[in-house]
Amino acid sequence: MKQKFNVITSTCVPLPMENVDTDQIIPARFLKATTREEKFFGDNLFRDWRYNADGTLNEQFVLNNPKYSGCILVAGKNFGSGSSREHAAWAIAGYGFRVVISSFFADIHKNNELNNFVLPVVVSEDFLAELFASIEADANTEVEVDLPNQKVTNKATGRSEHFDINGYKKHCLMNGLDDIDFLVENKQKTEQWEQANK
Amino acid sequence: MNTLFDKIWDKHVVQQIADGPTQLYIDRLYCHEVTSPQAFDGMRARGLKCFRPQQIFCMPDHNTPTHDQPIADPVSKAQVDALAKNAADFGLTHYGMMSKDNGIIHVVGPEKGLSLPGMTIVCGDSHTSTHGAMGAVAFGIGTSEVEMVMASQCILQQKPKSMRITINGELGKGVTPKDVALYLMAQITTSGATGYFIEYAGSTVKAMSMEGRLTLCNLSIEMGARGGFIAPDETTFDYLKGREYAPKGEAWDKAVAYWKTLESGDDAVFDKELSFDAADIEPRVTYGTNPGMGIGISENLPSVPPQGGEAGFEKALRYMGFEAGQKLLGTKVDYVFLGACTNGRIEDFRAFAHLVEGRQKSPDVVAWLVPGSWAVDKQIREEGLDKVLKAAGFEIRQPGCSACLAMNDDKVPAGKLAVSTSNRNFEGRQGPGSRTVLASPLTAAAAAITGVITDPRELI
Repeated sequence: MKQKFNVITSTCVPLPMENVDTDQIIPARFLKATTREEKFFGDNLFRDWRYNADGTLNEQFVLNNPKYSGCILVAGKNFGSGSSREHAAWAIAGYGFRVVISSFFADIHKNNELNNFVLPVVVSEDFLAELFASIEADANTEVEVDLPNQKVTNKATGRSEHFDINGYKKHCLMNGLDDIDFLVENKQKTEQWEQANK
Repeated sequence: MNTLFDKIWDKHVVQQIADGPTQLYIDRLYCHEVTSPQAFDGMRARGLKCFRPQQIFCMPDHNTPTHDQPIADPVSKAQVDALAKNAADFGLTHYGMMSKDNGIIHVVGPEKGLSLPGMTIVCGDSHTSTHGAMGAVAFGIGTSEVEMVMASQCILQQKPKSMRITINGELGKGVTPKDVALYLMAQITTSGATGYFIEYAGSTVKAMSMEGRLTLCNLSIEMGARGGFIAPDETTFDYLKGREYAPKGEAWDKAVAYWKTLESGDDAVFDKELSFDAADIEPRVTYGTNPGMGIGISENLPSVPPQGGEAGFEKALRYMGFEAGQKLLGTKVDYVFLGACTNGRIEDFRAFAHLVEGRQKSPDVVAWLVPGSWAVDKQIREEGLDKVLKAAGFEIRQPGCSACLAMNDDKVPAGKLAVSTSNRNFEGRQGPGSRTVLASPLTAAAAAITGVITDPRELI
């Protein structure tokens, strides 16, 4: 939680699948916890893809492939669709990912990542395809995510792209601030709104 | 510009942050047991009280057993108990399990008159879009955002873009609002409305009952939309009048006068407009592992994958055990589930009961019929539907989310095929390894009788 963000350079874990829904990121049966223990959720990230039905490791799945590591997850289009469960963001953070790169995120999940200091980076379809190819060619491919300059770079090809984030959220991420701090500070404005709209 | 969405959203803006999101005032927060405990803990850690406790309503629904309450599973019980304790500690209204007020949050909100036209409504649940049927801006949020609303009755959000989906014409025999939604998802895809708020309009939508509208709006998220809503009209007002939390007397007249202004202007400009013809819609079924992968019940599965989606298409068919180009009619069914915030309302039970009346459940099918709330359960009994269902070999279970996401005991076993009136056919959604075909209550009833996927029009 609340880790200040600046520039991150890391190898990547590729998940070139589209429409990865939050039921896959963390299945419903792991939502019964009443605390926010990131390790518990991280241990069960992609549970039903990571483990076979008999509980053994599914060695075909990318998280179990020792070739791939790093704190950047690179995912196919429409990542995080479906359920609003923030547990999915907790699982991603708990596993150790700090950035998710995709060409398209589902709305609620994208906010959930941001609220947990995981940075969703939206890149073009082209950039994403090239990045998957770079990682496939060399698992040690590094990506630099530069939040202050809003720039993401595939270091294998040198290709860079600008990514969007609003100034307010960027400030929050870089300074370890969250929205609740802001809203509590602005209570008076809320009361004024209530007065005016009675 | 000048859409109904703009009107409701703009009215609730507390402030616009420069180069940032909007601070939006929230009229109603609903909390269930799964996505709230960490928010309450966060409030405690910050030493905060709920800013407007009277605007927050809590009820457990996801873990609720649908037989033999109370709960046997200690982990589920701890989560349900935590909600009761949190509600008491923070002074919030709580409808506990087994109380006559309890049920699925998205069924209870409208039926109590808690969800009203013109409101902003949120809940830590993506199907909060359901309440849009009342003419409200309602959307799902994460747990951090639940905590924001508890702390300040506000949320920080980027204003979504607006989309209008107009459907005109009369629905054919055996075609329900669920089929309309499944049709839209297949046209728009599961991510086609991401970033948008949908206004549903047109004669088909206007002709829908409140229950039908709730089903349609419920499924907006399955197209990626944050929410979907319908401008309030006489159908809405008739439904709301006299409900527990609806305004009364003079306040009612004043409210209706305001609600009547809640419509998009003739000059409204939407970021995107789509139109469909009701005549093109037949009963629908899904074949894949996202709700957009669906066909008309008489059609065959696509013989070629959608462009760019080859890997997902093949993976989905492998998981479901189907082949490209095949028919689904006649496929053996193991489980049937009627219920969920999508189709757990009285009209859904009426439709199901009407189709099975005078027939017998297939002995090869396990059927779970789960009302959306205790109020729905009561009405089922008052209308004598329980007797019709019993005579046909069905029993009614206790209300809750149940097999929609299988957080309780209602899990479809690995490899088994369920025809389900719920909202998601994701891998493992109804239990690890379970296979889900989404359909309407009528199509579910037809499958329960014949034991295979059947066109309900043959039995009506």
